[in-house]
Amino acid sequence: MKGSSVPGEMADLTGDEAATRALAPAGSTGLPRVLPPVPVGGLRAHEKQHGVPGLRGVALIGEVERSGLTGRGGAAFPAGKKLRSVRERAGLRGAVVIANGMESEPASAKDAALLARAPHLVLDGIALAAEATSARSAYLCVRRQAQAEALAAAIAERDGYDPVPVELALVPEGYVSSAETSLVRYINGGPALPGFSAQRPFERGVRGRPTLVSNVETLANLALVSRHGADWFRSAGTASAPGSALVTVSGAARHPGVYEIALGTPVRDVLELAGGGGEIGGVQAVLAGGYFGSWLPGGAALGTPAAPDALRAAGAAFGAGIFLVLPAAGCGLAETARVVRYLAGQSAGQCGPCLNGLPAIADALEQVAFGTGGAGRNGHDRALRWLRDLFGLVEGRGACHLPDGVARLVASALRVFADDVRAHKRGPCLAARGHPVFAVPSRPAPARAGEAR
Amino acid sequence: MSKRLRVNPILCEAHGVCAELLPELIRLDPWGYPILAPGPVPPGLESLARRTVASCPALALLLEPSPPAPACDTR
Repeated sequence: MKGSSVPGEMADLTGDEAATRALAPAGSTGLPRVLPPVPVGGLRAHEKQHGVPGLRGVALIGEVERSGLTGRGGAAFPAGKKLRSVRERAGLRGAVVIANGMESEPASAKDAALLARAPHLVLDGIALAAEATSARSAYLCVRRQAQAEALAAAIAERDGYDPVPVELALVPEGYVSSAETSLVRYINGGPALPGFSAQRPFERGVRGRPTLVSNVETLANLALVSRHGADWFRSAGTASAPGSALVTVSGAARHPGVYEIALGTPVRDVLELAGGGGEIGGVQAVLAGGYFGSWLPGGAALGTPAAPDALRAAGAAFGAGIFLVLPAAGCGLAETARVVRYLAGQSAGQCGPCLNGLPAIADALEQVAFGTGGAGRNGHDRALRWLRDLFGLVEGRGACHLPDGVARLVASALRVFADDVRAHKRGPCLAARGHPVFAVPSRPAPARAGEAR
Repeated sequence: MSKRLRVNPILCEAHGVCAELLPELIRLDPWGYPILAPGPVPPGLESLARRTVASCPALALLLEPSPPAPACDTR
């Protein structure tokens, strides 16, 4: 396996050439596929490297279905099926394509790296998806000004090259602003907040048209399947999880950064790409799937293949390919509590159960992790009981899946760190009182809809 | 065809009227927001459910075909 990394602060990961470093290949073929070790500057250099697209239109949809490509934004929905659903509904009014490059998950840097290093591969993918779905307009959503400027230059280079011009949308930041319905609402002139509708965007999205919302890495893969076909695509990865995927490894990793892996690579080997756990005592656990994911314990579980189906079966998640490493000396409860406090602050405030339930979950988990609120052992037990009630009170009750994700994350922490939960009954551990391992952002909450209730 | 209740969580303002009118299927969470009984609305409660939907001050309660109508592309 060959990987390339972008070390440094997660917030500053931009795929910058100077920060790029190729790691020694370790035996696998054909990687990297979508993420070149250095930026491919300009359309001509891109064409020189990849050639021009091959399959298009309906033929491409069939090929994508055969390839087994799934969405790389976190949900792992079959890409071919989504393309076909939108095309079937396009009718005379045409469809709309939205390329999702928002990457609102703070522990992910792969979309930024991809957009910085291979913008034309993503733009090829947008053009091909637009053609295949009979789209009349296409949008590329990002959340950083610098990204938008660089991409505007790449789009300008393609003047007259694509059937449908790509419009850049600079979308306000926020954890939930990258949800499908948030992007549709924003492009329709509303706030970048999740919506509630009987119909999904693929049925009725931008200006009432069927809308394909697809992650930028998925679209880059689409551009490669167009050129090389389904068999080539399946030559990496496993039968149930074919192809390659970009991952972001951080936390207690020696070389945190973005890497491209063959899906199904054991989690242990993925961490090894990033130099392995950087501290004495090895890896205690991994937060797989990021803030929207679940904890995978260390030890034997690290042999789990890094793929959506396998990680789900192991109680964790692949999500957008995020692996946050917790060292032996860290406290999983404390790290989770800080992440959950951040997520509670990211509620759009639109749905009562989320607006009220997430801060309550954060409070109760802080009680368990840090012994806040005093009240000793009773407080600890009460907080645990209240937490279990709260999961049921938030799950499935928001317009988006933020409350479900929070409940799932905390439940996995209570499961994987069950021994720590018992030990914390006597008070927080030393690690919980020490420095955080994960760099949880302290961003202001998003602009909320309406006033607090 | 059987129906099911659904709440639009964005519109819901926790007035609690629904739980007053249809306690058989709707209870309130600790913050006053409705929790709906899973599954379809029993035929005997359907007209009451319809009235409850019409009484929601926020127009947040919906009575929909159950299970969700298959996606159709007649548009």
